[in-house]
Amino acid sequence: MGYLGGFLVSLRQIGRKQRVTTQYPKEKAPKPARVHGRHVLNRYEDGMEKCIGCELCAGVCPARCIYVRGADNPPDDPVSPGERYGFVYEINYLRCIHCDLCVEACPTEAITESKMFEFSFTNRADAIYTKAELVVGDDGRPRKLPWEDWRPGEDEMTSAWMRATAPSGDARFEGVVGWSSELGYGLRAPEADQETKDKRTTAPEMIDEHGHGPDPHGDPGHDGLSHDDGHGGH
Amino acid sequence: MLGGDPLLAGDVDLAVVLIVLLKVVVVFALLLVATMLMIWFERKVVSDLQNRIGPNTAGPFGILQTLADGIKFFFKEDLMPEQAQRRVFILAPLLTVVPAFLLFSIVPIGGDFSNGGDGSVELFGHTTYLQLADPPIGILFALAMSSLAVYGVMLAGWSSGSKYPLLGSVRASAQMVSYEAALGLAVCAVVLTNGTLSTHQMVVEQAGDGWGSFIPNWNILIAGFVPFVVFLLASQAELNRPPFDLVEAEQELVGSYHTEYSSIRFALFFVAEFMNSVTMAAIIVTLFLGGPAGPTLLGPGWLWGVIWFFLKTVAFLFLFVWIRGTVPRVRYDQLMDLGWKVLIPLSIAWLLVLAVFHVARDQHWNGLVVVGAAAVIGLIFFGLLRLAITTSKANRLEEAVD
Repeated sequence: MGYLGGFLVSLRQIGRKQRVTTQYPKEKAPKPARVHGRHVLNRYEDGMEKCIGCELCAGVCPARCIYVRGADNPPDDPVSPGERYGFVYEINYLRCIHCDLCVEACPTEAITESKMFEFSFTNRADAIYTKAELVVGDDGRPRKLPWEDWRPGEDEMTSAWMRATAPSGDARFEGVVGWSSELGYGLRAPEADQETKDKRTTAPEMIDEHGHGPDPHGDPGHDGLSHDDGHGGH
Repeated sequence: MLGGDPLLAGDVDLAVVLIVLLKVVVVFALLLVATMLMIWFERKVVSDLQNRIGPNTAGPFGILQTLADGIKFFFKEDLMPEQAQRRVFILAPLLTVVPAFLLFSIVPIGGDFSNGGDGSVELFGHTTYLQLADPPIGILFALAMSSLAVYGVMLAGWSSGSKYPLLGSVRASAQMVSYEAALGLAVCAVVLTNGTLSTHQMVVEQAGDGWGSFIPNWNILIAGFVPFVVFLLASQAELNRPPFDLVEAEQELVGSYHTEYSSIRFALFFVAEFMNSVTMAAIIVTLFLGGPAGPTLLGPGWLWGVIWFFLKTVAFLFLFVWIRGTVPRVRYDQLMDLGWKVLIPLSIAWLLVLAVFHVARDQHWNGLVVVGAAAVIGLIFFGLLRLAITTSKANRLEEAVD
C-alpha cells in the first residue's frame, strides 16, 4: 500500500472495545508499589514514635516544606525510645514535591510515604499537616482526613521503598530483615532475592539454566510487602 | 445581477424578501449546528482512530461537549496583551468568522435534480433554489472568501505583539498563498468542464446520467481524478488542518496566531476553523461529486437532494478527520515543495490536457493523435521541471558549500 498503508492502521482502531483511556475519576489505574504519596510518621510496635527530632529530613528537603523542632523526652512519659523526640513536626503540602529524600535521610525510618496522593484542601491551614495528622493511629494506619481520597491498600505498605535503601538495611537486602518493626504490622517479612524475582517474570527454561532452587523463604507476599504480624523475620 | 435564482427573477415583493430572510436564518442556524456537531464528530472520530474514548460526559455520547465548551468560553476572562494593537486585535477573530459564514451561502444544499430537474422547489408559492445565493460568479466568491480568511489569521498574529503569533501568521500567509494557486487551478478544471462559475449550474451539469446511465456524471470522473485530489490536498492546507497545520504547530509555536487570545475571541477562531472544514467538504461535494444530485428512491425529490448532500458531506468530513488522525505533520520545506513543485505543475498540466481534449472534441481531431501528442509534450515538460528542480538544488548546495 505504500503511502496509504497508514490509513488502514488508524482505521482498524475504530470499533475496538479496549481503549487506552482510563476514565480517571471513575476508574483509577493501579499504582506502583513504591509510589510517593502523603507522608506518615511511623511508630514502633509498643506505640513509641520513631521520630527522634534530628531534623535531617528538614535539612535534606529541597522544597523546604518540613519544619521540625526536637525536644528532650520527658523521663516519666517518653514519646520516643531515644533521648529526644519530634516535638513539632509540620509538612507544608503546598510546597512538598514528594521526592522522598526525607524518607532516605531518616535514620530511624520514622517518616515514610503512603501511596495516597489524591488530596485537595481549600485553605492553607489544611495544607500544613502537623503531628496530629501525620503520626499513625493506634492501629498503625495513617489517619484519614476528610479531603483525602484513600483507596483500599494505600494505607498499608507505606515504607516499602525506604526499606530497600535506608542506611540501616542491606543495600541488596535479599532475604534479610534490615528494618525495625512497626505498630500494627510487626516486623515485616523480607523481600525475595532478585534471582527468585527474576524467575517469577522470566521463562522456565531460563531458570533451569541457572539452576536456582525455589525461594527458601517462600513467597513473601507481593515483593515483600505482606504484613502478617506473626510472620516476623528469620 | 442577483444570480440565477428564479425567486429574484420577477418582482421583488415582501414575500420574496421574507423568504430570503428565512433562508438566511436557516443557513445561519444550520451552519452553527453543523459546526457544533463537526467539533464533536471530529473529536469523537479522531479518538476512535487513536484508540481513545473522547468526549463522553456531556449528553449522550458527549454530543453536548461543544455546547459546554462554548458556555465555558463565554464566562472566561478576556485578556488583551499590553503590546497588542487593540483595534486590530479585536477585529481579527471577526475577520476569520465572517468569511466562514459567507462561504456557505453559495453551497446548494438540496433540490430535486433527478429526471432533468433544475433543482428548484416551491416555497410559499414561489419557485426558488435550496441555497442562499446563486451569484453568477459563484465559485470565485468561495475562493475570495477563503483567501479573505487569511487576513484574520495574519492580523491576529501581527496584532498580538508577541513573537510566536507573528511567526505563525507569517507561516499562514506563505502557506495560504501557495495553496490558493493549486486550489484555484483545480477549480479551473471544473469550470472548464462544466462551462459555468455558478455552483447551482455545476450541480445541474453533474445531475444527468453519465456513461451506461448508471455511472454518475460527476466531475470527479469527467474533469478527472487529478483536480479532485489536488483540490482535496490544497483544501486541507487552506484549512490549516493536519498534516498541514504548521500555522498552529503546537510544539513549535505554542498556539501560534491565537496564543494571546482567550475567552470567546479564542473560541471564534476555532468556530471559524471547523466551520470552514464543513464548508470545504460541502464545496468539494458540489464541485466534484454532484452536490445534492442523486437518485430519488421514494418521497419528495427535494428531500433526497438534502439527504444525498448530507451523506456526501459527512463522508468527506470523515475523510478529513481520518487524514488528521493518520498523517503526521509535514515539515515546512515539504509543505512548500508539495505546493509549488507537485500540486501547481500537476494542476496546470491537467488543465492544459483538459483544454486540449475539449478543443479536440469540438474540432473533431483524431483522438489517438491528441492523446499521443499530449503524452509526449507532458513527458517533455515533466523532464524539464525535474531538470529545473535538480539544477536549482545543485546550485543552492554549491552556494552552501562556498
